[in-house]
Amino acid sequence: MKRILMLASVALAAVTSPALADITVCISVSATGPAASLGIPEQNAVQFLPTMAGDTKINYITYDDATDPTAATRNARKCTEDDRADVIIGSSTAPTSASVASVAFEAQTPVIALAPVSVKDDVNVWTFRAVQTNKMMASALVEHMVANNVKTLGFIGFADAFGDDWIAALEELLKDTGITMDPVERFARSDTSVTGQALKIGLANPDAVMVVASGTPSALPPTALRERGYKGQIYMTHGSVSPTYISVAGAAAEGSILPVGPVAVAGQLPDSHPSKAIAVDFATKYNAVHGEGSVSAFSGMMFDAGQLVAHASVEALKTAQPGTTEFRKALRDALENVRELVSVNGVYNTSPDDHYGHDERSRVLIQVRDGKFEYLPVD
Amino acid sequence: MDSTITLFLVQDGLINGSIYALLAVAFVLLFAVTRIIFVAQGDFVAYGGLTFAALQQGSVPGSIWLLAGLGVIAGILEFLRERHTLTRPRILGILAGDFIAPLALVGVVILVAPYDMPYLFDMALALALVVPMGPYIYRICFRPMANASVLVLLIGSVGVHWLMIGLGLLFFGAEGYRAAPMFGANFVVGPVLVSAQSLLVMGATLALLVGFYLFFGRTLAGKALMAAAVNARGASLVGISPSFSGRTAFLMAAFVGAISGILISPLTTLYYDSGFLIGLKGFVAAIVAGFASFPLAVAGAIAIGIAEAVSAFFASAFKEVIVFSLILPVLIWRSIRAPHHEED
Repeated sequence: MKRILMLASVALAAVTSPALADITVCISVSATGPAASLGIPEQNAVQFLPTMAGDTKINYITYDDATDPTAATRNARKCTEDDRADVIIGSSTAPTSASVASVAFEAQTPVIALAPVSVKDDVNVWTFRAVQTNKMMASALVEHMVANNVKTLGFIGFADAFGDDWIAALEELLKDTGITMDPVERFARSDTSVTGQALKIGLANPDAVMVVASGTPSALPPTALRERGYKGQIYMTHGSVSPTYISVAGAAAEGSILPVGPVAVAGQLPDSHPSKAIAVDFATKYNAVHGEGSVSAFSGMMFDAGQLVAHASVEALKTAQPGTTEFRKALRDALENVRELVSVNGVYNTSPDDHYGHDERSRVLIQVRDGKFEYLPVD
Repeated sequence: MDSTITLFLVQDGLINGSIYALLAVAFVLLFAVTRIIFVAQGDFVAYGGLTFAALQQGSVPGSIWLLAGLGVIAGILEFLRERHTLTRPRILGILAGDFIAPLALVGVVILVAPYDMPYLFDMALALALVVPMGPYIYRICFRPMANASVLVLLIGSVGVHWLMIGLGLLFFGAEGYRAAPMFGANFVVGPVLVSAQSLLVMGATLALLVGFYLFFGRTLAGKALMAAAVNARGASLVGISPSFSGRTAFLMAAFVGAISGILISPLTTLYYDSGFLIGLKGFVAAIVAGFASFPLAVAGAIAIGIAEAVSAFFASAFKEVIVFSLILPVLIWRSIRAPHHEED
């Protein structure tokens, strides 16, 4: 009897605790729920993440948080307590990422979020992001506006934190450009009509209109604006880079300009772009498994997070063993000192002040032409 | 703000308002007949619109499984309930109505969905899929507790709402859809561009409202329903079955919801959870009418639609706040005017 018990406990230990030398990466994405259109491509990219850091194996454990911050907290606890994760990747939205980040902070585990989440300073020490800030994306659009003599800009955006952040970013970027932003209109994801807002913008007739929305609701403002006969340039955000935007907005989407991570148009990038080679390689593999044209900026974010983990792990392995507090600390330090790491969504250079690590190489402009997203060269 | 803008806003308000009006009428009807404040009313809008959009795209809408499931559950419950009094024709009737008919419809949809069907056929098919859900839901969920208090019935209807939202996400996915319009044409009336689809929405609303008026005033079933609404006990004494009136009221409510969804699906992008907010505005209009008066409900709904359009123009960030704040003075006025009476 004693022997059986001992055997059982040995077997149990073998099942529950990972081999000591392996690196454990725990992933929580929103593969279901309202942010499923982000979480699914992210989850699909997990199989393309690096499996080795030097001579050490990397194991991935994936959870779905259903776009629910409570579920994200639960997942993160599972990651830190049961799976003894060395690093967590996730989650897909700002609210779920905030949940993951606060648990990771308690457990002193580094986390790479896939959403531009803002957290308290002490939490931020452990929180990194494999995603561009809204301001980084906005700057690409503002450069295009300045180059194309836009003097007045209308704005219509979500009445939520995403819209607020874009207004703040644009106000700062437009300060010395002589471009005025007026009128500033808001709408909700669930709205069935933006006629009132479109009329007001049409009346002011600005040179261009900035539409801040994500997913399918992005289609509503351009449709209403074109219906009311607005002829100016329409700018969208990276949140609108999805096939459903084009299919729902139809002709109204034509000509609109969007910023996006380079991977989304990997094949069309100029050879001079640093991410070209790795992005084409990733896109080819991804499309081969998940269907032609299925690669998106979201799958690229997960890939980037994997590159960051592998890169930092090599550094951390020099001083500590996976599964220990020291290793997590070393991993965090390494994630904060990344230099010129080329990945599919740009080139990473992190520092204690910058846990995003992106610069202007992390976004390109695309334009909708003939129902497709086309790379728009900047000259 | 010149007259052109005013006209545009009024047009936009009228389109939204007419959908709210239909839903408000359904709210009032259901409450009067069954005392249920049917929160899931708006979900029929989403189901109708999304089922129609799926059929148009040539894919099989997931809602067929809900219809089949509801039919089978309702049929089994019927057998259990009548197990002591079953006769052969009754058994055949239940088998045909609750098992064979929904499953046959599911089969038809799976067979014809991949083909390009005429617009009206898709429309009829979407209606045939969504409308029977109303009576089924009544039979499964509300008939067993028909004598419960208004509060318990309300909690039941909230449960139905969450169930429909959750299943809606499963059936239709998180992305929204927009159907193609029945008529793509636009007219220029004076300075205003009017789309044929928006005229269709307003015309259909008007026709439905007139239809309701005639149904309640001229037909036996309508008068029976009216009687059940005025006094349920009295109605059952003279032979109007509460179960019949409940089923009929749910049938009409589901029809109103589904047809609203089909009508507006070319005008806006519908999501699996869009129905709730649309329904909520119909609900506000029903409250304006004190859950009793049909004409007041319609007037309230149109007023809400126009208030929404105007506030979207002047203060878009506060649109919903303004629309839902409008209910406050109405509630105050009603509570002053009509003394509170205990729930019966």
